[in-house]
Amino acid sequence: MKKLLLTASVAALVAGALPASAETVRWARVSDALTLDPHSQNQGITHNFAHHIYETLVDRDVAGTLIPRLATEWALGDDPTVWVFKLRQGVKFHDGADFTAEDVVFSLDRARSDKSNMRQLHASVESVTAVDDYTVHVKMTGPSPLYPNNLTNTFIMDKTWTEANNAVTVQEAGSQDDNYAVRNTNGTGPYKLVSREVDVKSVLELNEAHWAETKPFVTKIEYTVISDAATRVSALLSGEVDFVQDVPVQDIERLSSSDGVTVTTGPENRVIYFGYKFGDAPLKSSNVTDKNPFNDPKVREAMALSIDRDAIKQVVMRGYSIPTGVATPPFVNGWTAELDKYPAPDIAKAKALLAEAGYPDGFTVTLDTPNNRYVNDEAISTAVVGMLGQAGIKVTLASRPIAQHSPLIQNAETDFYLLGWGVPTFDSAYIFNDLIHTKSGHYGAYNPGGYTNPDLDAKIQSLGTEVDVAKRDATIAEIWAVVQADRVLLPVHNQVLAYATKKGFNIAVHPENQPRIYEMTKD
Amino acid sequence: MLAFILRRLLQSVVVMLFVALIAFSMFRFVGDPVASMLGQESRLEDHELLREQLGLNDPVFLQFARFIGNAVQGQFGISYRLQTPVTELIFSRLPATIELAFASALIALVFGVGLGVYTALRPRAWSTSIIMSASLIGVSLPTFLIGIGLIYIFAVELKMLPSFGRGETVNLGWWTTGLLTTSGLRSLILPAITLSLFQLTLIMRLVRAEMLEVLRQDYIRFARARGLSQRTINFGHALKNTLVPVITITGLQLGSVIAFAIITETVFQWPGVGSLFVNSVQVVDVPVMAAYLLFVALVFVVINLIVDILYYVVDPRLRVDARAGGK
Repeated sequence: MKKLLLTASVAALVAGALPASAETVRWARVSDALTLDPHSQNQGITHNFAHHIYETLVDRDVAGTLIPRLATEWALGDDPTVWVFKLRQGVKFHDGADFTAEDVVFSLDRARSDKSNMRQLHASVESVTAVDDYTVHVKMTGPSPLYPNNLTNTFIMDKTWTEANNAVTVQEAGSQDDNYAVRNTNGTGPYKLVSREVDVKSVLELNEAHWAETKPFVTKIEYTVISDAATRVSALLSGEVDFVQDVPVQDIERLSSSDGVTVTTGPENRVIYFGYKFGDAPLKSSNVTDKNPFNDPKVREAMALSIDRDAIKQVVMRGYSIPTGVATPPFVNGWTAELDKYPAPDIAKAKALLAEAGYPDGFTVTLDTPNNRYVNDEAISTAVVGMLGQAGIKVTLASRPIAQHSPLIQNAETDFYLLGWGVPTFDSAYIFNDLIHTKSGHYGAYNPGGYTNPDLDAKIQSLGTEVDVAKRDATIAEIWAVVQADRVLLPVHNQVLAYATKKGFNIAVHPENQPRIYEMTKD
Repeated sequence: MLAFILRRLLQSVVVMLFVALIAFSMFRFVGDPVASMLGQESRLEDHELLREQLGLNDPVFLQFARFIGNAVQGQFGISYRLQTPVTELIFSRLPATIELAFASALIALVFGVGLGVYTALRPRAWSTSIIMSASLIGVSLPTFLIGIGLIYIFAVELKMLPSFGRGETVNLGWWTTGLLTTSGLRSLILPAITLSLFQLTLIMRLVRAEMLEVLRQDYIRFARARGLSQRTINFGHALKNTLVPVITITGLQLGSVIAFAIITETVFQWPGVGSLFVNSVQVVDVPVMAAYLLFVALVFVVINLIVDILYYVVDPRLRVDARAGGK
């Protein structure tokens, strides 16, 4: 043991003494960042790329916990509606300008502006003020205990630089010209942008002046877009790229067994579930024309008993999914192992329940599914069509690309649908607000089933302002109990992500699928 | 002649307007651009606001008129997906597509004509039957399968050629070319072969059929009787007379190769206009889709116009008809 330690320390000394060798990582993804303007789009791939150039006040590590980045500390002030952020000192932007509180005020205001797609995350902010160079106060419209959770993708820009380049206003869709910040960057992040050819390749170089004590071993990143899955995998096998982030499940086995490739898998913060129409109005796509079969709890129970989640995992997902009985990923506050349990399939009981509900011969309905959004989304739906068919529910599958599927969801024009839900705040309230609360105003945007429960709505709204953590968690548990008892949603599984790297390079799966190349290690 | 060209030009404009109108009325079935532009956190009122901003709530006819009005001034707006001006996006992608199209047309022409002549001259040789059967595979195998197969063999297994992209490019100011670097040329090989296979087999079969036809003609027999060398007969007389339809077909095919290299470009991640179009369709990026379809229409219209004019020049009967009809 002692010898091992000694060897390790000698190795560390030697490594420290030698100049850092240039190490390039060629990173391939399915598509490119949509823009370099950090406040324009609220989209995972765009944020993932931006995290290398720009930085946020707080960040999330691979375990899903909040960690300091440009803010070193944050806490509620004496006034419970004010969040106080202490900023990191000695940070410089790529152009050499100092990072101070006025940049934070400027960036948060820009992110809240009308044309920013980030504004929903800052909807409850009343004003942002700089108290001194390294302290910022964010005044909320009411108590907002979870606001820092919303900051993990809100990047800080340099006020002077942005103003000097006329990029204060975020890019407007539908205009004829583009904004300077769409193609140019000036962040505080660990890498600087060297070149970018949209949809082809972007090159990033290590920012030697970055504040972090440990320097990443990757000194240069070549971000390549390869949209075809087979080509992406081939490029890794032929040694043309070092890191493929979007590995199709059907290729995991093949890649794992090939020499020179390491596959890392891990859970994503995203649950896949089915939803159905509530209420008395008859379904549009069913042969039952006088009432809504889904409104009967027995029918919903029968459906839950018909679905064989383990079979979906084994057959459709090739073993790469985490079956669940609750519509929340395990990372999220409010998740418990108890909620996560799911029933074993029981077709006989499902048939009996359907008969009891008055549908001894089942009924027909159309299932709307996306076919290019989630891992094997269409195949999951196809499997479920078969499983429900065994119980007597004859399902017709309507499969569409997500661009056509999401209007059905948002306009509530579906009887029965598949959807996936990521939880960027890592808190159950995010799920309740959009999926469970009655569709009204800012709530229930993704509740096309029209489930409504006034008592639950009141509880959900109270979560937004409750500062007492224990009390709040208790309310969350109560809400989940009702959601589970009413079977508001029919969860299937949590998605699993797979990253493939050239052997020797290691990178952990990030729950929001936002791996950071600066955290990559080498054997 | 001038009247003929003017009439053709006028017809071309009508055709392009028609293509634009059809394309435009189809966009509403592709999906909702707003849904893909705004994220999960967006609210219905945001969607409404954005549709209003983009003018998507206006009647299709009005949207179309606005689009044409802007297009005439060379304004195609800004891409919903990439927030960059569409004209710039298309022009930055065009060199890749054109180089690929010409490389594959060259391969198709050289090998197509060569193999066509060879198989016509030796109709009963065993090598001919092998080439003919192989050409059936070229016609019937889908392009993406050929592409993936070539990637697997030459990139993954043999590690000889790159599997994706365009390699290093040289920027000439108004044109980026991959033809001046080794990696650019190496990258061109697989996609160009993939894209050329279909045209290659087409040209080969055409040349062979024409050639067999010509070889039966009297003047070939007389040439033989005169004791001319095989070489002069085959290449000087027979081939020359088969080339007219071949050139027409190749010209027309070049249009479809430029316009529909979509699959090859996607498989090889070739940064051309075809892959730009595919990416745009997925997120309903209407400005790019509209501009691309108009561009494709333009390519076809221009090529057809040239072919028409060539016919007019070559075929005296057309001129007689025009004079007769013009009274």
